[in-house]
Amino acid sequence: MSAAAAGWLQVALLVAALVAVHRPLGDWMARVFTTDRHWRVEQLVYRAVSVDADSEQRWPVHLRSVLAFSVIGVLFLYLLQRVQLWLPLSNDMTAVEPGSAWNTAVSFVTNTNWQGYSGESTMGHLVQMAGLAVQNFVSAATGIAVAIAVVRGFARTRTDRLGNFWVDLTRAVTRILLPLSMIGAVVLVLGGVVQNLSSGTEVSTLAGATQFLPGGPVASQEAIKEIGTNGGGFYNANSAHPFEGPTAWVSLFQVFLLLLIPFALPRTFGRMVGDQRQGYAILGVMATLATASITLVSWFEARAGGTATQLAGAAMEGKEVRYGEPLSALFGAATTLTSTGAVNSLHDSYTPLGGGVVLLNMMLGEVAPGGVGSGLYGMLVLAVVAVFVAGLMVGRTPEYLGKRLGRREMTLASLYLLATPALVLIGTAVAIAVPAGQASLLNEGPHGLSEVLYAFTSAANNNGSAFAGLSANTPFFNVALGLAVAFGRFLPIVLVLALAGRLAAQGRTAVTAGTFPTHRPLFVGLLTAVTLVVVGLTFFPALALGPLAEGL
Amino acid sequence: MSAPLSRTGRQYVAAARALLLATLVLGLVYPLAVTGLAQVLAPGQADGSLVKANGAVVGSSLIGQAYSDADEDPLPQYFQPRPSASEYDGTASGGSNLGPNSPELAALVEERRTAVAALNRVDPADVPPDAVTASASGLDPHISPAYAAIQVDRVAAIRGLPAAEVASLVAQYTSGRDLGFIGAPHVNVVQLNLALDGLGEA
Repeated sequence: MSAAAAGWLQVALLVAALVAVHRPLGDWMARVFTTDRHWRVEQLVYRAVSVDADSEQRWPVHLRSVLAFSVIGVLFLYLLQRVQLWLPLSNDMTAVEPGSAWNTAVSFVTNTNWQGYSGESTMGHLVQMAGLAVQNFVSAATGIAVAIAVVRGFARTRTDRLGNFWVDLTRAVTRILLPLSMIGAVVLVLGGVVQNLSSGTEVSTLAGATQFLPGGPVASQEAIKEIGTNGGGFYNANSAHPFEGPTAWVSLFQVFLLLLIPFALPRTFGRMVGDQRQGYAILGVMATLATASITLVSWFEARAGGTATQLAGAAMEGKEVRYGEPLSALFGAATTLTSTGAVNSLHDSYTPLGGGVVLLNMMLGEVAPGGVGSGLYGMLVLAVVAVFVAGLMVGRTPEYLGKRLGRREMTLASLYLLATPALVLIGTAVAIAVPAGQASLLNEGPHGLSEVLYAFTSAANNNGSAFAGLSANTPFFNVALGLAVAFGRFLPIVLVLALAGRLAAQGRTAVTAGTFPTHRPLFVGLLTAVTLVVVGLTFFPALALGPLAEGL
Repeated sequence: MSAPLSRTGRQYVAAARALLLATLVLGLVYPLAVTGLAQVLAPGQADGSLVKANGAVVGSSLIGQAYSDADEDPLPQYFQPRPSASEYDGTASGGSNLGPNSPELAALVEERRTAVAALNRVDPADVPPDAVTASASGLDPHISPAYAAIQVDRVAAIRGLPAAEVASLVAQYTSGRDLGFIGAPHVNVVQLNLALDGLGEA
């Protein structure tokens, strides 16, 4: 079988698996967040945390809960890294440097998992398990909780209540993330991913040298790393490391895991707003963009653009033999279409245009299908803008799901769409302008600009993958990217929760003959176009100087 | 004195308690439970698929090794792995991150092509891409069947074995795509070289 044919069969299997699970999982998630029955174990949690699980929050209170939980998360994770040398199961690792510890703490709490450090030489098992992996769970659960609050904004009428953050957070963990991770982790172990508490083994190799084989509770972390679209690798090489991704099918399984919840959430949305067709319209846009992206990355990698790539005969620099090009390209596209940022190959060594597309994936705002939760609310904001654009064309007050989109709503939606690009472009400009930024580039010319642009795009969109040639573990980048990560997570959350609060307070306008239907192919096309145009206008100049200049 | 906490203060107390609970359950109970399960279900894999020779652990079938002498010249009796950005250092996984137009990478590729062609006495045009490029992990235990094929004659000659016997050993450690279409065909160099040493002793 040709590599291309095998590549398409991989995609076909992936699509079939996602189609099969999105319904039961999406319906299950809708039940999880609409039922008023608590599990016994959840009641224990609420008692321990001392929250009234049956009271709901207004949007400012919901937001304050999100922020409080995140601030505490950053502080705790920072401290844990700083004191690891005195704690058990730390494999004699020293305290993590303050700049790196801050960057890592913010990065994991925001579901970004940008990694300036190298896992196997920086983080002991305890920090990995009790620090990083815990944030993998709860940052994903936070994203889901925010998305559900936003969906309630559309689903409810004449209320100031968006649900209870602590309840949604708890249920996202107990009923969704933890069970899925247990199953995922066991599958990964059976596939060869390591799971032990050993600090490593030193062996004498056949050639007579010594080699250190690291250990670690990897499978348990790997599962939630993908399911929660986190992406932070246990080891520096992430899913390319044979202990994280031992075989090709395991790597494909990881792609499945990282797309699982984001592609099921539109179904949850459809259920909760009482109209499945609305969910499928959103899903249609996500699937269209994702398919186009996977096709383009695969094609560009197979064409092997670039002088060095041509000399080698194929784009195998930074790729593993067991995966080959098609599976590497599929993983690269999927990880940047979501907010995962795990890698099974090195994006810095991708062909110029292949690397350009994975960069573009993140610039789309990671909405196709995006991170757990953040992808859905990002796409809903774009839907609001698409309806507004359609309203302008026919001269009607725009409505989405019976909610009028007036000046305030559009202001919030517009600010949401501007926040992340502003962080990306200003951050990149500053880094390119100052010596502390320039000093970190590995590659020259347009590719060097791409490294910095990629870093800030990845940070502000909470992706976490890198053009890893950039030496990002410097004071400048630790601080600058840490700030981009934090603002890139919380500015949009503030704006989207405010929007949800306004929407929930409204009644619902009746559907008339003049209402623009948002479940038809016309709307799917419009929303796809709006997504691409917004991103195109924002980022084209930067892309032209980076990947396009290099690849054309 | 216990002044009532402000509403914001209460949020932070709830946050701290929630995080503590999460740390205990998700940070300790969950990974330890998975470790327990893994050690029961698949202990060999959970411990890193270690391989032994003469009773001693000599590596992992998943982690590539360098087969070079002290001067980093390849040992010709062993199948050579791919270039590695970290020289197969198990504590420093990672790749070169050199870009597709990097002059440095272009020079490296040319240099490696010449060296591989000379070592195996083949036409430089017959050196496959994986032989001249570094992997993402720096620990890739595999090479392509094409790279294994150009090394068979050299290894057989130096070990005084029939080429057919070496070739059949290569075939034994060659895997196709998973399920016929996932990933790419690959030869496990660690297991292959281990088996070669075993042949010599038998």
